[in-house]
Amino acid sequence: METTSKGPGGDGPWAITADGVRRTYSSGEGGGFEAVRGVGLRVGRGEMFALLGTNGAGKTSLVELLEGLARPSAGTIKVLGHDPYAERTVVRPRIGVLLQSGGFPGDLTVAETARTWAGATTGARPPGEVLELLGLGGRLDVRVKQLSGGEARRLDLAIALLGRPEVLFLDEPTTGMDPEGRRDTWRLVKQLQEEGTTVLLTTHYLEEAEALADRLAIIHEGRAIASGTPAEVIADHPSRIRFSLADGPVDLPHLGAGTRAKWTGRLCTVRTAHLQPALYALLSWAEERGAELEGLDARAASLEEVFLGLSESTTDDVAMEVAS
Amino acid sequence: MSMLSPVRSAAVPRLLALGRAEMLLLGRNRTALLTSVAFPAIALAMLATSGMFSPDDAAASAQLMAGTIGMTLLFVVYTTLVAAYVGRREGLVLKRLRVGELHDGEILLGTALPALAITVVQILILAGVGLVFLDVVPPKNPVLLLAGLVLGMVITGALAACSSAFTSTVETAQVTVLPFILLSVGGAGMFVPLSELPDPVAEICAFLPFTPVMETVRSGWAGTGEGGTQEAVRQVGMSAVWAVVSVWGARRWFRWEPRR
Repeated sequence: METTSKGPGGDGPWAITADGVRRTYSSGEGGGFEAVRGVGLRVGRGEMFALLGTNGAGKTSLVELLEGLARPSAGTIKVLGHDPYAERTVVRPRIGVLLQSGGFPGDLTVAETARTWAGATTGARPPGEVLELLGLGGRLDVRVKQLSGGEARRLDLAIALLGRPEVLFLDEPTTGMDPEGRRDTWRLVKQLQEEGTTVLLTTHYLEEAEALADRLAIIHEGRAIASGTPAEVIADHPSRIRFSLADGPVDLPHLGAGTRAKWTGRLCTVRTAHLQPALYALLSWAEERGAELEGLDARAASLEEVFLGLSESTTDDVAMEVAS
Repeated sequence: MSMLSPVRSAAVPRLLALGRAEMLLLGRNRTALLTSVAFPAIALAMLATSGMFSPDDAAASAQLMAGTIGMTLLFVVYTTLVAAYVGRREGLVLKRLRVGELHDGEILLGTALPALAITVVQILILAGVGLVFLDVVPPKNPVLLLAGLVLGMVITGALAACSSAFTSTVETAQVTVLPFILLSVGGAGMFVPLSELPDPVAEICAFLPFTPVMETVRSGWAGTGEGGTQEAVRQVGMSAVWAVVSVWGARRWFRWEPRR
């Protein structure tokens, strides 16, 4: 266990901890929907942690619990050593939150919005300073409803940064931004991390997770199905070979240990931990049979592959598995 | 990272910051502005010119002012707040405020501050108009009047929060406010004293949420009449009960986010 922490009061080495967290949305008709199904994670101080997942995977449901917006149906959460829901008064002044969307009345101007929030935030920086930092200095008197998507997102971020938070929660921070805006935001967030801020962000953009995160967790259907540094996550998961056969699904030969093949119509997707031998075996077999592998595509493991593969594995496809 | 712990933000500055923002928004909302400014004056005008009012008459003055105050509470507090709470909820503003440092109660109160402030100002203005131009008799029991007014604001504010929970959009708010408004206008003794309604109806109406408030306001203006202090205390007590019930309902039912 690491020893000292940076913050006051010795909250330990972890900025955020979660164990066995569940969240069920109750519906009137008596059937609840479990959006978060037993997630655990640890975020160290000064770390940048990404929750990566497709839309509807449960990232926002989870991060809202970490922010203290709602109580989890089960499990415990600690932010800076305190329960973010029950001990809101202690935790809130030390965190900044960027919600997935909006939350600012459209008829206030940028400056008025910032001033309102500064008045309701502990230790707020001068609003003008934060707005300048986010490139909104020239838009102070524009009403929020007239801002572009990217500008609105930057305002959201500015407000989240007002209180000089120790822990920053960013839910899909670059949605709606153009590539340049996205890179500016990444640069800003990285700089904040260098200054000691702990950052937990959710995203469905792979490049974002890869570019920013020290560690990440892939969320799918309410569970964390992979976690660790990007390198660790990739190491645990297979490479991919893809091709189509004009004749449709056939029995494939043994392609190596730990290989799985799945057919969707004429398209075959092979996942393997050992790309080179499997590819060699496949090509030899095709050569022998005189089969043409249409659209042959072989990819070494990458975060994208892991992401797509893990998301795929629970969908219903016509499957013909060749295990070994 | 600063070496000193920053000073914790305090409730009153937070409330004022939110209240100021809400006031700006009210000013930019034509409908709400029109309602808040025009309705109370219209109510006073209508009541004053109806056959029932006669100058220099304590009972008639009390009826006039009770009706005016009642209309103000219904339209400036209740109606505008239902729309405001629904609008803020659907726009995710309430959710955003909830991840900040404001407590839930501060959020609800802060959103209501402009409506409450305008109500007080309107009532002062209209009372002034009544006293100066219409020869309304001055209130005999200002403390009772104030109690009625405060309880009335609590009840209409809390009921607005309750109603907003059952309203899906700002547009449908125009419909969901009708039950309480019609009930109160018809049965709370705003335009017609309860004593003039047929007995069984009057008995039922006595228990409506708004009736005890109106009775308290009327007694505050005309002085405690036949029932004396005992009756006045009973009405204040019932108002207080309704205030507690409506706040309980608000805490129980209020929705902070749109339905998924």
